[in-house]
Amino acid sequence: MMAALSVNDANTGAVVVDHPRVVRGGTRRRKQLRHLLLPALHALQREAGWISPGGLNFVGRTLGVPPAEAYGVATFYEMFRTEAPAHELSVRHVCVDPICALAGAARLAENLRSQGHATHEGPCLGQCERAPAVFIQGRREPDRVPDDEHGPDSLLVSVTAGSPDAPSLLRHMLDAPAGSAEAASMEAYRARGGGDALEAALRLGPDEVISQISSSGLSGRGGAAFPTGIKWRAVADGDGPKHVVANIDESEPGTFKDRLLCERDPLAIIESITVAGLVVGAAQGWIYIRGEYPLATQRLRHAIAQARLEGWLGDDAAGSGRPFDIDLRRGAGAYICGEETALFNSLEGYRGEPRNKPPFPTTHGLFGRPTVVNNPETLLNVIEILRIGPEAYRSVGTEDSPGTKLFCLSGHVGRPGLYEAPFGTPLGELLSLAGGVQGTLSAVLLGGAAGSFVGSDALELPLSLEDTRSAGTTLGSGPVMVFNDSADMGSVIERLAKFFSDESCGQCVPCRVGTVRQHEIVTEIRRAGAPTGSQRLLLDDIAGAMGDASICGLGHTAASAVLSGMQLGLLGGDES
Amino acid sequence: MTSSNGSIGSQVTVSIDGQEVSVPEGQTILAACTAAGVETPTICWAPNLTPVNVCRVCVVEVEGSRTLVPACSRPAADGMQISTDSERVRHSRRMVLEFLGSANDLSQAAEIAEWSQHYGADAGRYAAALSDESETAVEIAHVDDPVRVQDDLYIRAYDRCVLCYKCVEACGDDAQHTFAIAVAGRGFDARIRTEYDVELPESACVYCGNCVAVCPTGALQFRTEFDLRAVGEWRPDDQEVTRTVCSYCGVGCNLELHTQDERIVKVTSPADHSVTSGHLCIKGRFGWQYVHAPAFEPPATESAAADSTET
Ligand SMILES: Cc1cc2nc3c(=O)[nH]c(=O)nc-3n(C[C@H](O)[C@H](O)[C@H](O)COP(=O)(O)O)c2cc1C
Ligand code: SF4
Ligand code: SF4
Ligand code: SF4
Ligand code: FES
Ligand code: FES
Repeated sequence: MMAALSVNDANTGAVVVDHPRVVRGGTRRRKQLRHLLLPALHALQREAGWISPGGLNFVGRTLGVPPAEAYGVATFYEMFRTEAPAHELSVRHVCVDPICALAGAARLAENLRSQGHATHEGPCLGQCERAPAVFIQGRREPDRVPDDEHGPDSLLVSVTAGSPDAPSLLRHMLDAPAGSAEAASMEAYRARGGGDALEAALRLGPDEVISQISSSGLSGRGGAAFPTGIKWRAVADGDGPKHVVANIDESEPGTFKDRLLCERDPLAIIESITVAGLVVGAAQGWIYIRGEYPLATQRLRHAIAQARLEGWLGDDAAGSGRPFDIDLRRGAGAYICGEETALFNSLEGYRGEPRNKPPFPTTHGLFGRPTVVNNPETLLNVIEILRIGPEAYRSVGTEDSPGTKLFCLSGHVGRPGLYEAPFGTPLGELLSLAGGVQGTLSAVLLGGAAGSFVGSDALELPLSLEDTRSAGTTLGSGPVMVFNDSADMGSVIERLAKFFSDESCGQCVPCRVGTVRQHEIVTEIRRAGAPTGSQRLLLDDIAGAMGDASICGLGHTAASAVLSGMQLGLLGGDES
Repeated sequence: MTSSNGSIGSQVTVSIDGQEVSVPEGQTILAACTAAGVETPTICWAPNLTPVNVCRVCVVEVEGSRTLVPACSRPAADGMQISTDSERVRHSRRMVLEFLGSANDLSQAAEIAEWSQHYGADAGRYAAALSDESETAVEIAHVDDPVRVQDDLYIRAYDRCVLCYKCVEACGDDAQHTFAIAVAGRGFDARIRTEYDVELPESACVYCGNCVAVCPTGALQFRTEFDLRAVGEWRPDDQEVTRTVCSYCGVGCNLELHTQDERIVKVTSPADHSVTSGHLCIKGRFGWQYVHAPAFEPPATESAAADSTET
């Protein structure tokens, strides 16, 4: 076996890698600066409005990336154009996913266009609580979100914030208004106990921290619910250079929690990544944040700068005697890059195509090194565990799903927003907390596009990992999209099917072709009014192959919303 | 990764459809299947390329695994219980073949056609299920791409391309290290492309033809074959294969000259040849025209000329 070596050179940012090949394309020799490809493409796009051949060649030559490969990368992302635009304008991205569609996204896009704005319809922008959503991709100006400047404050509610001994991720955010500079002020953060978790982690030592995480029963909040303690243990046990990655790609339709966490409590995110890094013995931390989150990005960058000043990051991170630093990378519009191994490829400057697992990230992650990748909600839970201890942490939630969950409520509820509630809270109670269903409930989409529809008979369903699993549905990353009987459910389902065919990376046959066939059949069913027997059979057959033979979770879940919708009779015809 | 902790040279034993078989540690499930005499369909796998496990036609059921597992890339591990012919396996294999058949022109992919028949893939049922006589019925998407004939050496017909990545691998890390082509775009619109789709002669391509040699569908095709097919004269059954050594340099690449009607129509190299692993350079691959040049006729010799002037 080849000796593995990876060095982060602080001066050049070069990453020299020597490990068994896990990525297609590019030689070892060419990899040294390749992880700068995505930032370079962002810069070209912003300055020129597209990735021109001259620009691409220059970047390719500088970074040692062959032009055909750089072109392959550029064409992977929604935010990059490889043809010259006919205008000099910033581009307005309008979300046309279900919640925004209900809120009049089509009309909004039409209006923007008629006002002369360059307008692009695309998938969920992670602002579902204030639908319809717009994101402006700047041309020679910074990207921005109009609602960040003059929209209403997003609503945050926490059931557990009132009891100091219970875990609550939102506690401190509830008092600070969204626009306040306080969110990013180290002084204010320290005054409310910021930094304590880092100190505790250093005092307790890696083994004790990991054992507390394990006994707290914390599981990942990014959708797959993998036990965090096991993940951290495996990476801590690995040798050589390691990485920790905060996965803030948040592109699951209906999900906006990570955006709000980063905007409202950026220093806590940085502290939690630092804890992760020092506990598992990584020298480098990374934030991969979706490109459509300019405010969260800006606040996180500011927080990183402050953390450096505070001494948390640097050669002697938080006085640990070991180096740790954090780099931030922006995605460029690709849902699949939230899948952990696609994220690694994207960050390394390759196409965001998932890798086959095994090997798993804990042994072969970023740059082929042992890597902890976590959702920011997971990371913030670690801070709470260190604050109150595993026992108090377990006092909330269910035996098998301890702690709280952040739920993103959107659609036909009284008060859309971010809700923190103990695992096991019944669906109906959560809806009541959010002001109840507006009108007559038709269906709730749990878990987003990758989740499934439940009907009004599911209001008693406890929202825990185990209960949703045995009910054949999922919490995913926490989206709860509510539709009343005024919603055209057929069009909602058709859009979800389209979402998957748009977002499939195209690598494996079951998903590349299966998502397209699924969308065609759903479109035809809607046109005709109800599914035929052969169409039902086809959808089942497609679902079987995508679920069983696809490479990654996108393909595995691409049929679940469609099938559950059909079973509830939302596509016309009988319930089945 | 699971592995027995034996040293180099140790064996692992797996069960394939109830039959025990041992293979050296590190070998794939596919190798174990072959050792057990179980034939496995493959599209994106080749013996001389790193497995990319993207086509998923080789999937098998491994006890304890939630989803099916690609045989071509997953290392066999001691004690694995593998089924290669369960209902789940047959279903996914059939669907992969059917999906490809519904999206691509597979008329020149003989092996895929055989497997499609074996698994009862019916690529027509998608169109059938969508058309109900009405004119507004949805049509099924197909990979369309005009054939690219940009030089005298090989053509690219991407409507036949199943995106197996073999050409990309052969042009890149696995053989040529030229990186002239890559996958561009995403999802169903993903295609093999040079940068900005510039014509091949404008690209980094050095015309080694290694991509053509590994293409399983005829999407990449030597110009000789393309031209013969166009006039209905491509007759593989009438072709002879002669093994020889390339005469250009001292490396010793073995060549297989495919001849039809006593003319060379294609040059390949055996994938298991120790020098080439099946890969060649432009000279060995394409530099054979001289063989068919008109026989050398000596010009009037110098001495004859000299003779005549000397007098
Ligand atoms: C298509 C797809 C998209 C995903 N997107 C995200 C995402 O945006 N954020 C996230 O944290 N996890 C996402 N995941 C899950 C990650 O692969 C991974 O499980 C997670 O980041 C691990 O963190 P956790 O253990 O803290 O949940 C996605 C998975 C798939 C299959
Ligand atoms: S399942 Fe879909 S998204 Fe995942 S690797 Fe395959 S094609 Fe790409
Ligand atoms: S002929 Fe050789 S260099 Fe040209 S694209 Fe094919 S593999 Fe690459
Ligand atoms: S052109 Fe041929 S070798 Fe290349 S990806 Fe397509 S089918 Fe595979
Ligand atoms: S922002 Fe439109 S659905 Fe999420
Ligand atoms: S041959 Fe195994 S996935 Fe293609």
